[in-house]
Amino acid sequence: MALNTLEFDLKAEGGSQVVKTLVHTGVVGSSDMEVLMEPKDLGGSVSVRIVTPVSGFDDLWKRVLETFVTRNALADLRLEINDNNATPAVVLLRLQQALSEAAGN
Amino acid sequence: MSNTVANKKWANRSADTAERLANAARFIGPGKQVKAEDTVALLEAVIRAEDRVNIEGNNQKQADFLAECLNKVDKSKIHDLHMVQSAVPLPVHLDLFESGVAKKLDFAFGGPQAGRVAQFIREGKLELGAIHTYLELFARYFLDLTPKVSLICAYKADKKGNLYTGFNTEDTPTIVEATKFRQGIVIAQVNEIVDELPRVDIPSDWIDAVIQSPKPFFIEPLFTRDPALITDSQILLAMLCIKGIYAEYGVKRLNHGIGFLTSAIELLLPTYGEELGLKGEICTHMILNPHPTMIPAIESGWVDTIHCFGGELGMEEYVAARPDVFFVGPDGTLRSNRAYAQTAGHYALDMFIGGTLQIDKYGNSSTATGTRVAGFGGAPNMGCDAKGRRHVTESWLKCGQELPSLDQQLGDMPRGKRLVVQGVETFGEGREPVFVDKLDAWELAKNANLDLPPVMIYGDDLTHIVTEEGIAYLNRCPDLETRMAAIRAVAGFTDIGLSAKPEETKRLREAGIVKTPEEIGVDRKRANRSMLAAKSIRDLVTWSGGLYNPPARFRNW
Repeated sequence: MALNTLEFDLKAEGGSQVVKTLVHTGVVGSSDMEVLMEPKDLGGSVSVRIVTPVSGFDDLWKRVLETFVTRNALADLRLEINDNNATPAVVLLRLQQALSEAAGN
Repeated sequence: MSNTVANKKWANRSADTAERLANAARFIGPGKQVKAEDTVALLEAVIRAEDRVNIEGNNQKQADFLAECLNKVDKSKIHDLHMVQSAVPLPVHLDLFESGVAKKLDFAFGGPQAGRVAQFIREGKLELGAIHTYLELFARYFLDLTPKVSLICAYKADKKGNLYTGFNTEDTPTIVEATKFRQGIVIAQVNEIVDELPRVDIPSDWIDAVIQSPKPFFIEPLFTRDPALITDSQILLAMLCIKGIYAEYGVKRLNHGIGFLTSAIELLLPTYGEELGLKGEICTHMILNPHPTMIPAIESGWVDTIHCFGGELGMEEYVAARPDVFFVGPDGTLRSNRAYAQTAGHYALDMFIGGTLQIDKYGNSSTATGTRVAGFGGAPNMGCDAKGRRHVTESWLKCGQELPSLDQQLGDMPRGKRLVVQGVETFGEGREPVFVDKLDAWELAKNANLDLPPVMIYGDDLTHIVTEEGIAYLNRCPDLETRMAAIRAVAGFTDIGLSAKPEETKRLREAGIVKTPEEIGVDRKRANRSMLAAKSIRDLVTWSGGLYNPPARFRNW
């Protein structure tokens, strides 16, 4: 199956570099995904790259990632997601788990 | 008094049955036995065009041989039958309408044939009476939909024609009682004929013919959920349910269905539930089939009583070894009974919890899609507030006390309410949004000429929605406008969810009507499979001490 690659940048108001070390969470099992979070100097932005077999849901991905970045006031971060049909619920859960791991709590 | 009244005949039904059975007498041997090869001829002798006929079968056991034989009768003699039966899951159930043997259908559950039901209605091959719940259809067997001929199934018959339905008794007693005591005809297919039965479930004088089927009846292990397939996201929802609803209301008496969410809850009781100190406080009395995923909770001493709608393949020995928990006969095997389990489900539950394909902005939910007449089985019996209920339990009372608008209907009179919970991820399979503006059921009503859109649970019965966003305590909403706002607040990234106003959601959270996982005290990062008491079918076998014997398709070791 052809894979789609989505790339976009996000910016949260009052964001800061929360993630200090590289973290990796999840596996690309069916209905699941993996995420890599890496601190990177991006002038306050968060850059996102998503590889997914699903097409036609670009806006949904953007909304989910926007919420995650805004809710947690993230900045200067690189996010890489390898998806295998995860629902938005799973996406947010995995992102939140990765963030908790990165923040060390 | 006039003589015409005195001369009226009062036994036409039994006379008609006697005449039909006389036609069939040459096929019926000692012990009411009929040879399998004579079955079609037997049916042609006892069934007449336009009869009301029941083929036993629900979502589990099926009188499949008799159904196949009914489809082979001479269509010039037997046609336009009115089928009244729980379910139509087998292809042959719909073939009857294709061939013209049957014309009208009253049922409760379509299962895999749901698409053909809708198609046949559109094409005029099938006239739909109504979609019922199981209990509702059973009620009509005793009022205005009594079968003239019923084709049932049992495990064993003895040489007199007594039947053993055992573990999978399910619908049989209800069908037989309605049919036989209205002078109808009952024909049974059995897997074997033996000298002595373990116990008599149906006495022989209620049975007219017994056929040893060429092969055992079909039965589906519908209630087996492999713990290996439970996702972290389902575990998160399960933790929210346990802490935010089960513990909050002290839910002791409840039903679990076949969903993965409730399987996850079952497998979290001995771990997360134990940690929260809930043993003995929740899930003590349950109406459900013997789910394998209940084994760890039962073994850990959580459960006092379980009554079953039906059986579950592989659980026979385990259940027989736990008679303190299950309803077991003097012979030592389970007796399930769908009518009694559904009655308990309607009147005696504190809570119903289930999933659905769609919930509309008002809180109405349905599993109907635009092209499938699926029916709802038993869910609506339990997923509603039983208006005839008068006994009080703590959680029923608490749920009622939280209703802010009860005084608008009852003045100062207090009343309880059943908890009815929908647990869903905001997006389902194929990223279809679960929260929608209008249910597909409306489209189906149009496509299949239904009087009403088929609704599984109406919004006024629904008390709680659980999603990954948190819990909406709809029973705490004073009016429809607030309910709609609470639904939007937990609808995530669906269009319905995106229309939530942050200010409004904030007010709902302050009022305790909407709670996020954090407000409930559930740590999202703990939502993973290490929380499950059993992580595989093999773990379940181990928990059962080797008594659970999973069907081959679930054995991967």
